[in-house]
Amino acid sequence: MLEPINVSLESLNLMTLSPMLIPIIGALLILVVDMFKSGLDKTLYVVLSILFLIMDFGALTGSAGIFMQDGTVMGMFDMMLIDGLAILSQFIIVGASMLFIPLALTNKRFHEFSYPEFFALFLFMIAGFQFMVSTDNLILVFVGLETSSLALYTLIAMHNRTKSFEAAVKYFTMGALAAGFFSFGSMIFYALTGSIEISQIATVLAANQYVDIGYVLVAVTFLLASFGFKLSLVPFHTWAPDVYEGSSAAMAGYMSIVPKIAAFVVTMRLFEFLIHSGIVWLEMVLYIFVVLTMTMANIWALVQTDVKRMLAYSSVSHAGFVMAAILIGTTQSNSALFLYWILFSFTNLGSFSMLWMSRQKHLPEHQSSDHSYDKFAGMIKTAPVAASIMALFMLSLAGLPPFALFWGKLYMISSAVTGGYTVLALIMALNSAIAGYYYLKLIVYMFMKEPVTGNEGHIYVSNATLALKSIIGFAAIGTIFAFVALNPLLEFITSFVYNSGY
Amino acid sequence: MIDHILSILIFFPALAAVLGFMIHKDSIRAYGVTVGIIEFALSLYLWFSFDSNVSGMQFMEHIPLVTSFGINYILGVDGISLFILVLAAFFTMIGIASLTDTKNVKNMIITLLFLQMTMMGVFSALDGIIFYVFWELSLVPMLYIIGAWGGPLRIYASVKFFLYTFAGSLVMLVGMLFMAYFYYQATGQWSFAILDWYRLILPENIQLWLFAAFFMGFAIKVPMFPFHTWLPYAHGQAPTIGSVILAAILLKMGTYAFIRFSLPMFPDASVYFMFPVAILAIIMIVYTAMIAYAQKDVKQVVAYSSVSHMGVIILGTFAMNVEGISGSIFLMIAHGVVSGALFLLVGVIYDRRHTKMMDQFGGLAHVMPRYATIFGLMMMASVGMPLTINFVGEFLSLLGFYQQSHILTLLAGIAIIVGAIYMLAAYKKMFFGEITHEENRNLPDVNKRELVALLPLAVITIWLGIYPKPILEPINNSVESIVQLMHDKSITEEAKTRIPNLVKSAEITNSSAEEAH
Repeated sequence: MLEPINVSLESLNLMTLSPMLIPIIGALLILVVDMFKSGLDKTLYVVLSILFLIMDFGALTGSAGIFMQDGTVMGMFDMMLIDGLAILSQFIIVGASMLFIPLALTNKRFHEFSYPEFFALFLFMIAGFQFMVSTDNLILVFVGLETSSLALYTLIAMHNRTKSFEAAVKYFTMGALAAGFFSFGSMIFYALTGSIEISQIATVLAANQYVDIGYVLVAVTFLLASFGFKLSLVPFHTWAPDVYEGSSAAMAGYMSIVPKIAAFVVTMRLFEFLIHSGIVWLEMVLYIFVVLTMTMANIWALVQTDVKRMLAYSSVSHAGFVMAAILIGTTQSNSALFLYWILFSFTNLGSFSMLWMSRQKHLPEHQSSDHSYDKFAGMIKTAPVAASIMALFMLSLAGLPPFALFWGKLYMISSAVTGGYTVLALIMALNSAIAGYYYLKLIVYMFMKEPVTGNEGHIYVSNATLALKSIIGFAAIGTIFAFVALNPLLEFITSFVYNSGY
Repeated sequence: MIDHILSILIFFPALAAVLGFMIHKDSIRAYGVTVGIIEFALSLYLWFSFDSNVSGMQFMEHIPLVTSFGINYILGVDGISLFILVLAAFFTMIGIASLTDTKNVKNMIITLLFLQMTMMGVFSALDGIIFYVFWELSLVPMLYIIGAWGGPLRIYASVKFFLYTFAGSLVMLVGMLFMAYFYYQATGQWSFAILDWYRLILPENIQLWLFAAFFMGFAIKVPMFPFHTWLPYAHGQAPTIGSVILAAILLKMGTYAFIRFSLPMFPDASVYFMFPVAILAIIMIVYTAMIAYAQKDVKQVVAYSSVSHMGVIILGTFAMNVEGISGSIFLMIAHGVVSGALFLLVGVIYDRRHTKMMDQFGGLAHVMPRYATIFGLMMMASVGMPLTINFVGEFLSLLGFYQQSHILTLLAGIAIIVGAIYMLAAYKKMFFGEITHEENRNLPDVNKRELVALLPLAVITIWLGIYPKPILEPINNSVESIVQLMHDKSITEEAKTRIPNLVKSAEITNSSAEEAH
């Protein structure tokens, strides 16, 4: 007869689950509300989502407090791993989501926001990302990844345009391929080491001194390809511009930030030990990926005629820039990754929100797409404030001081310098100069060209409501005054990253 | 107030610019002039409170910004930067005052005030990152001025200007990060403070690399010979005010940064690269002078002559002795005054005829005698006539470099004399001879608004040419301390001999004086 399984509730450490459970409860609650009374206004769901995200944020602050006192916490049969990386990335995920969800309160009516399911899926997706970053277990990573990705595909498709269906299907196909790669890679690691926990895998591999180096490399290749898709690294980036173009501008901005930080954290956990194991091949491959992603995406962005596609390539390039942190693999570079991503989320969400604010439902005849450069010609004459803010975001993305992203770039390049990657530091700097051109192109259109006839200022703010304006104002203030918050932010991030052993 | 005078100088124009958005566009010019006058008065106040016997930094401010990464808001002024600050305030003031009718004048004046903030910031920052912030930020207003008010090729010119300088300064940024990292390795603490960097003695091979990285940023800004191609476009397309500020102040950022960063931080590398840089400078002097002679557009003549004289400044800077560096700083001011005035003068004729082609003119001396007089004076100054402001600077620069190399100095000297040819030829084409175009017969002479800008410049040109001491003395004091620092820091024999030891020579003169008694 089997012994009765005896697990004490305390050893489960249910506290570790609370930040993920909050959005799940929120999502279920939204569905329940809809069941009792359907046809409620979107404002209700937006506010409900914000409420739950605030609670989530509060729970995270609690976890952060525990981490500062006791260090890393494990829970749920050691499936959950709440370390500094998990907490930092969850802060970014939840924070960016809080900034994103008010963008649903547009002036014009859009199809997707009339469904309560949109908001339920949105919260499920956040929970998925949170699971993904706060575990060491490859299976739980996989579950989190798939939960969030499936929700995200649906959210894109709900925009209800031909292009958004195309985008969702494209993203789904690529995502399925990536998921296959991921499970295959994990499988090989399991076969090699008998474990699916990254720390265990690292210990076993180090103990037998990488005897099966061939198999390790195969596994790494699969995992790298899988995360290459998620992080849109060249040459796995091909979906990105199309998907960004097909989804709504707000959603595209969100996609450029939140899914990527989740993937970055997993990549960091996985590659941290591999980089330091001294496998030259892996270092070379990562080096090539980083340089290719930065440079090629920048060059493609140069020739785009559509602002949104330009921004899509630009965020691919930024992902490559940040991927350098994982290649360098020092505490400073890992902190730089988080600093960069926090500052990037402000700026990028701001610039995509500006596109979102100028969204037209019906295109006028002279415009080929909704975000062509022509649309923004002479904007300084017709909508000076909006043009100035847009220019601000562009300058920040280009890395012009003293705006937000400059400090991220500064710290990132500095980490390359201290890590001994001099050439990489130069490549990163020169790539910023190349990128300057396409950001400048939009500024040139806005400030130096004459407006297209029949284009009045109100189209740039046609979608504006108080909520959208406050989000953009918030992003703009964050972009300008980033240097004030820099010191506490940097100390906070560095202590969290350092105390988690990265 | 005097403790924070530098912060006030930097942020007063910025604040004024932000508030300027509220002012009606018909009244904005008066507002701009008022702000310009206040700023200039503040800069004069700075000058008069400045103790010219002190060689180090004065009016320093220190606010921690990112302590864990060693970024602090540090400001300070010494004899090297003081007069460039005054010059920047002065040129913004007369630039706004003499602004001719432009479209969107409100945007123009607000942009100019922002530009003034960045200029003040660059010349008073004593922290690498703060310096870099203002250095880069100065590109944006200039981009807008050239791109929005320029000629037909304005967009190409402005983007080229921006990208060129942006790319160069990013390489410089990497150099700065290395510098901070070496400081961290030496002391265990991050610091971007320039005065901290001065204390760091680096091995020669590292100095060479870092010198090259900083050189990229500075040389593009100056612009030095192979990197100069953005400048003719920028000058050719920019509106008058843009060219004036660009030539008078913005280009000085590069030469100033050589003296502030490259020389004291990398003395051995500076000596190592002395001759390559000097040769580049001489190529710059000769080559651009030849191009200037071939120009048909008078503004391009002035633009190329401006580049040519920047070569002399570089030559003086890399003389590595007190005469040369003091001379080059003095020449920066002189060049600012003279080339700024020349661009203003070109603007005067352009407003009347809407062309800058020299063959459209001729015999202007008959119809515009006052204009011809001032133009003649400025041209003489530009050529380097004795008793004008340029002569003092050029003479000292060449005198300084003569101690390093006779032949190169001789070449540069001849090139300057040859440089007189194109200026005189241009003057002859425009002002002498018969009036060949009927439109020119009834041109009005310079009016009051233009005189407001031109007369003070003419007075300065002659006054400082005859009596340069009030400016030269504080410059000399600060330069002496920098040269001494370079001598003490240098590690190679070559550098020790090339950079004079001022303490020793002072001792010798003292002891010989005692013997005489």
